[in-house]
Amino acid sequence: AFFWLVSLLLSSLIWFIAVKASNPQDEPLQKGLLIFGVMFSVLLQEAFRFLYYKLLRKAIEGLVALSEDGCSPISIQQMAYVAGVGFGLMSGAFSMINLLADALGPGIVGIHGDSQLYFLTSAFMTMVLIFLHTFWGILFFHGCEHRRWWEIVAVVVMHLAVSGSTFCNPLYVGSLVPSYLLMAAAAAWAYLLSGGSAQNLWRFLLCKS
Amino acid sequence: MTELSAHLPQFQHGQLTENFPDNHLSNTNDNSERRRHDNSERRRNDNPESETNGQPQNNIQQVVEQDEEEDEELTLKYGAKHVIMLFVPVTLCMVVVVATIKSVSFYTRKDGQLIYTPFTEETETVGQRALNSILNAAIMISVIIVMTILLVVLYKYRCYKVIHGWLIISSLLLLFFFSFIYLGEVFKTYNVAMDYITVALMIWNFGVVGMICIHWKGPLRLQQAYLIMISALMALVFIKYLPEWTAWLILAVISVYDLVAVLCPKGPLRMLVETAQERNETLFPALIYSSTMIWLVNMAEEDPEAQRKASKNSAYDKQAPANQTQNEDAEADDGGFSQEWQQQRDNRIGPIESTPESRAAVQALPSNSQTSEDPEERGVKLGLGDFIFYSVLVGKASATASGDWNTTLACFVAILIGLCLTLLLLAIFKKALPALPISITFGLVFYFATDNLVQPFMDQLAFHQFYI
Repeated sequence: AFFWLVSLLLSSLIWFIAVKASNPQDEPLQKGLLIFGVMFSVLLQEAFRFLYYKLLRKAIEGLVALSEDGCSPISIQQMAYVAGVGFGLMSGAFSMINLLADALGPGIVGIHGDSQLYFLTSAFMTMVLIFLHTFWGILFFHGCEHRRWWEIVAVVVMHLAVSGSTFCNPLYVGSLVPSYLLMAAAAAWAYLLSGGSAQNLWRFLLCKS
Repeated sequence: MTELSAHLPQFQHGQLTENFPDNHLSNTNDNSERRRHDNSERRRNDNPESETNGQPQNNIQQVVEQDEEEDEELTLKYGAKHVIMLFVPVTLCMVVVVATIKSVSFYTRKDGQLIYTPFTEETETVGQRALNSILNAAIMISVIIVMTILLVVLYKYRCYKVIHGWLIISSLLLLFFFSFIYLGEVFKTYNVAMDYITVALMIWNFGVVGMICIHWKGPLRLQQAYLIMISALMALVFIKYLPEWTAWLILAVISVYDLVAVLCPKGPLRMLVETAQERNETLFPALIYSSTMIWLVNMAEEDPEAQRKASKNSAYDKQAPANQTQNEDAEADDGGFSQEWQQQRDNRIGPIESTPESRAAVQALPSNSQTSEDPEERGVKLGLGDFIFYSVLVGKASATASGDWNTTLACFVAILIGLCLTLLLLAIFKKALPALPISITFGLVFYFATDNLVQPFMDQLAFHQFYI
């Protein structure tokens, strides 16, 4: 969570500087700058995820060295999951919390002509992002562990795609549907990477021992 | 890890050592490097552990050696547990403060200032305001320094009665008077009708049970709850009565002072710790939050007289040096009440320091606990001043930030990470460490950064419903 926060800080710093240096009246330019800010932020987030992976790697080495039987009490997969959840929670909290606080107060959604589904779609989008961050965490760390760079690139591309799809908001079908599809794909991939299989799933669903 | 070896001779001189098993947060890069040092260190650490400084601990050494390996393992396991044990109360305190700030408007209304900050911030020019706030902060800090030195002197000359009386008066004031005001304001906010008799009964019960729990004996959870509540009350008073810029300046200067007072050889807090160690005394329970209650069984050689103070002890973790907080009610006249909140350091003994207003520093004193002690029993200690200042930072962030919840959340995460790092450093250095500087620095950086940089960005993103 902390690492995500730091990446957010740095990316907003960049955006802020860009905005201050530009003409505030120029609407398309501002929007363009915002888009640039978003993309840059996504890249920074992934960079920080990588840094966090490096930190955790060293921690695992330490843990292994210190433990009695040579294996660390927490595995890298568990750390990947926790890292993903941390990132996701932080990003979700930052996206939603002001909305929630405003939602407690009086008001009418979309009275000025904006979409009336604002709160709903924000909630769904945030949820899908949190899930995605969790899965990306697992995929990313797995890719780093096994030196499969294409996995890492895939995660970055997915993140960029999801963020990019939100640019079509308020045309929600353009952002929510692809995001959910990507989430399903990422979920299946992460599940398979973590050792699950269709057989396991079937057995679990049928409550076999 | 040259620092570790550098610390070894210090341990020999009887510095407080910690029972590091709790403090070891091994989830860092340092572990592998540290390991070798740790082993040798432990041997020497265990020596001083048994006792006061300067005593040879050869006898313990052999006993300890075989426990070292187990200790390391336990440290790893319990280090994280102790971090969590500290996270929960700090989080609770912050949650109480933020919840109160958001709902009860009394604490964000300007009703005057404390006598310690005489200069107003409602000035015409920015320069004048800056100057006033600097002067305010300077006055407050000097009051704190004077009170700390006074406390050290009192402690050195064994005026325990005075210190005891001081503590009791402060906690009386806090438990009765401030909670009465708080209750009144909460009732006003929620428009609850209440009669004086019921209020008197409630406050009386609350206060008396609090006094018993804090100064004498009581269930651990109740004591922890009371300590959290009074820290929150104190933080609320600070948030209310300190003007804007003064508050931020004070936070910054306090962390610098904390650093200096704890780490410099002539620092008052350090002298306090050393005096307490020499006398092998325990700390007063009223100023330190402890997560476990351990009966002091320290050195076997020492006489059990040192156990006269029950409550927590040997926690390795941090200990906050006594802080004194003085509050004056706006309505009270100058002679007013002063409260000192002291935070104590733990480990066996605790020099008690009273620093006016905020806590001086949290020192993590490693405590020497018997290696025979069950590691699970070792607890973590954190000074109440730390609680108070963390909550002041988060409370101010939630009260006055334009980013509102984003800023509050960012400061919260920053403080917790700072706490983690400090505990880690404690595990590495095994000596008294200030708990304020890292967390407050992170908190301040994140507050200003989030408020000014992240907030406009997130606002724009939310407006267009872009997601990052």
